[in-house]
Amino acid sequence: MNYEPVIGLEVHVQLSTKTKIFCGCSTNFGASPNTQTCPVCLGLPGVLPVLNKDVVQRAIETALATNCNVVERCIFHRKNYFYPDLPKGYQISQYDMPLGENGWIQIKLDGKVKKIRITRVHMEEDAGKLIHSENSEDLRSRVDLNRAGVPLLEIVSEPDISSPEEAYQYLVSLKQILEYLEISDCNMEEGSLRCDANISIRSVGESGLGTKAELKNMNSFKGVQKALEYEIIRQEKLLGKGEKVVQETRLWNTDLNRTESMRSKEEAHDYRYFPEPDLVNIIVDKEWVSKTRRSLPELPQARRDRLKNEYGLSDYDVEVLTMDKRVADYFEECSKYFPNCKMIANWITGDVLAVSKDRKISINDLNVSPKQLGELLGLIENGTISGKIAKDVFQDMVCTGKDAKQVVSEKGLVQLSDERELVSIIDKIIKQNPKPVNDFRSGKQNALGFLVGQIMKETKGKANPQVVNRILKSKLS
Amino acid sequence: MKHTLTAHELTKLLISRDVSSEELTRAVYEHIGKTDKQIGAYITLTKDTAIEQAKEADKRIKEKRGVAPLTGIPIAIKDNMCVKDVLCTCASKMLNDFVPPYNATVINKLRENGLVFLGKTNMDEFAMGSSTETSCFKITRNPWDTNAIPGGSSGGSAAAVASDQAILSIGSDTGGSIRQPASHCGIVGMKPTYGRVSRYGLVAFASSLDQIGPLTKDVWDCAALLEVISGYDPLDSTSLRMDSPDYMSFLNKDIKNIKIGVPKEYFIEGIDKDVELAVKGAIKKLEKLGAIIEEVSLPHTEYAVATYYIIAPAEASANLARYDGVKYGYRAKGEGVDNDLLGMYENTRKEGFGAEVKRRIMLGTHTLSSGYYDAYYLKAQKVRTLIKQDFDKAFKKFDILVTPTSPTPAFKIGEKTDDPLQMYLSDIFTIPTNLAGLPAISLPCGLNKNGLPMGLQLIGDYFDEGKILQVAHAFEQSTDFHRSKAI
Repeated sequence: MNYEPVIGLEVHVQLSTKTKIFCGCSTNFGASPNTQTCPVCLGLPGVLPVLNKDVVQRAIETALATNCNVVERCIFHRKNYFYPDLPKGYQISQYDMPLGENGWIQIKLDGKVKKIRITRVHMEEDAGKLIHSENSEDLRSRVDLNRAGVPLLEIVSEPDISSPEEAYQYLVSLKQILEYLEISDCNMEEGSLRCDANISIRSVGESGLGTKAELKNMNSFKGVQKALEYEIIRQEKLLGKGEKVVQETRLWNTDLNRTESMRSKEEAHDYRYFPEPDLVNIIVDKEWVSKTRRSLPELPQARRDRLKNEYGLSDYDVEVLTMDKRVADYFEECSKYFPNCKMIANWITGDVLAVSKDRKISINDLNVSPKQLGELLGLIENGTISGKIAKDVFQDMVCTGKDAKQVVSEKGLVQLSDERELVSIIDKIIKQNPKPVNDFRSGKQNALGFLVGQIMKETKGKANPQVVNRILKSKLS
Repeated sequence: MKHTLTAHELTKLLISRDVSSEELTRAVYEHIGKTDKQIGAYITLTKDTAIEQAKEADKRIKEKRGVAPLTGIPIAIKDNMCVKDVLCTCASKMLNDFVPPYNATVINKLRENGLVFLGKTNMDEFAMGSSTETSCFKITRNPWDTNAIPGGSSGGSAAAVASDQAILSIGSDTGGSIRQPASHCGIVGMKPTYGRVSRYGLVAFASSLDQIGPLTKDVWDCAALLEVISGYDPLDSTSLRMDSPDYMSFLNKDIKNIKIGVPKEYFIEGIDKDVELAVKGAIKKLEKLGAIIEEVSLPHTEYAVATYYIIAPAEASANLARYDGVKYGYRAKGEGVDNDLLGMYENTRKEGFGAEVKRRIMLGTHTLSSGYYDAYYLKAQKVRTLIKQDFDKAFKKFDILVTPTSPTPAFKIGEKTDDPLQMYLSDIFTIPTNLAGLPAISLPCGLNKNGLPMGLQLIGDYFDEGKILQVAHAFEQSTDFHRSKAI
């Protein structure tokens, strides 16, 4: 029998607000344990939460960017459960009255565009973190509450995703939107973006839903894809044997590349949601929404359309350049200093991104500013250096932060275009290489390449290749 | 005998510098030393810091700098409000070593006004009870009859004022916990409008019902103390964004043509005969003073106690979840506990909480459970709205409603500890106003045949504490009930 998967994703994203959602503590990542806490986020007796308006602002932005309807009045609920990283014994979250509902985002897979519906976007507080001792002499667990109260958005999709690849693309598109909004670092390793997946399978053509498993503990987009792939096969095998899929939470084991059942005791939760009596209704009036809508930054799709139309770039270039908002910004900044946009795009999608990937740094942290790149490309365009030399100059710039002109003059890399000088070198090479010369004259075209290579070697790569080609050809004909 | 005076009598003596705050504070402590062994009003006394605070108040008065109406007056604090660096137990084993690192907003306000903190008073554990008998430390005795309960949960605060072991005190009122002990101890106690006084730093029992308020020897003191503690607080999202009026300006006014409603549902079968007579006498008195008295119906009153015992435990079950042995307070130890998280949770909460607290946590956990939520919690919220609407309708016609505070005078120690339902019913007249969020006062309206005090409750419309104080003061000034002393 043929099965098809039905997948829905729950994404939690940490908002990069300055302060926590219900108190004034900093949200910075990586501080010493429990230094970014106060009576409120420690859950001491007697404290009360006060909602950070900035969190609501960013939640509205996200809801609008994912085409959600922003409700006029919403409330917080208490989600009750015991865990040492949850200081109050309940999490303040949203339940049946979330801030945003009924949205969608667009994904692209194999050239085809698909809409994935968004069920809801809601606000909640993060829990703290447990640090388990690795010392067998001292098997204690410690609690770090720096993260407790960091604002989170939960973005839940409808089960519209029908393959692990689509799930991957959905995450890429969603992350892109969140990055364009500049509301989160979206760093899955640091936990500022987390994803759980609900997956069931059903016979192709069937409209009902099968029993789902909830997958947790994936720490990369590829991990989500792999976990889903594994889970589809596992569920197919079960159904194939006439067995049933059990509704449960399964953890992705990164080392063993498989999903494993969580002990059912740990997941047998009745969260006993009820309205949070310490907070009042959140009223988002129409004016707030329309003001936010007007101030939304350009989103990925709009940017792609604009880059294509305004700069005449190819689909591929646009796709690569807009993947990361900072790259697109870099491109547009660079275009102010150098008019040939296709050439800029080639350079960014080639050498620039290669270096940034190699060094695992963002394009903004490269030592080469958009202006400096533009100047480098200007030196190619006016014939000062060759494209090949430019690649070396670029590497040098990355290491030193120097301007292109400075590197070129310090290293004496100015292109050799002087015909008289080149003629004497070319004559020398012709004299030294009678065999390739004869080969070329007898019709072997690739012998020319060898001779050009020898000339470039002699000039340490500085010879202007166009001039060399012209002179050499005329000498040999 | 300074400690037997009211705050307004003492304020005059402090300003004229016939008495210093230090002398007064020492006199109160001396009296506490003599009587509190018998009464048991206090859990913690903070004499050293109190003397420092009194000296500072004297300095303020001497230099005429930052002197407020209650500067230098010693006050007792219910042990569920956080005072920085002072033990805050909520009368529970769970918090018997908890020292808060911060001040409640009311505490800051009291300190800014130069009041002197005597100590923390006994209460029902986590404010759950009506007799102060659920305290894990000790019982508090009624100063009028040491075999009787002082009421609760603010029994320590009420007994302290009634026995002159404090000039003023503050308590918290979730279903009557200020008014009922005030009534049983023959003093004045007020629950302000929900949101009038910041709850920040008050250890939560039921967040949508809890409200801090004054317990005092008379109405003047109540108005003065309310003025100090009320006002908007950005740290409490449910706090009212409005200025508090000048409560003192409502005193010494006549009450001619003020419309007072008498809800018929509050004079029911089972109400103590003496209480009924005393309250009816008080109503006659109010009429004599010029008020217009009329009967009114609040038809959903009979559902108030049931509604309360759904909503309050539900909120409490979440509010008390933080006492889990992880961060502060009591933690169970021993085999099967030290290396087992679930065992640690279970034993900590089993050993740390008393029976009444556990009963309410279980009630609340049950009513919020999936499958029961709609039938209990949601239904209770709907009934709560109906109860509110009863009052809204009544206040379209009336300025004030008058009722008994409690159906009986103080009962005997141990009389109702085995019968939670009987205990719950002692708040039958106070609970509706908490559900509605309305302000109400209890003030003395006589002694019963055994010499125990009884209280009159005046309920006002939202934000209308002023009118309550006006009627209460007029009544008090025309009677001598507030002059009766317990000891």
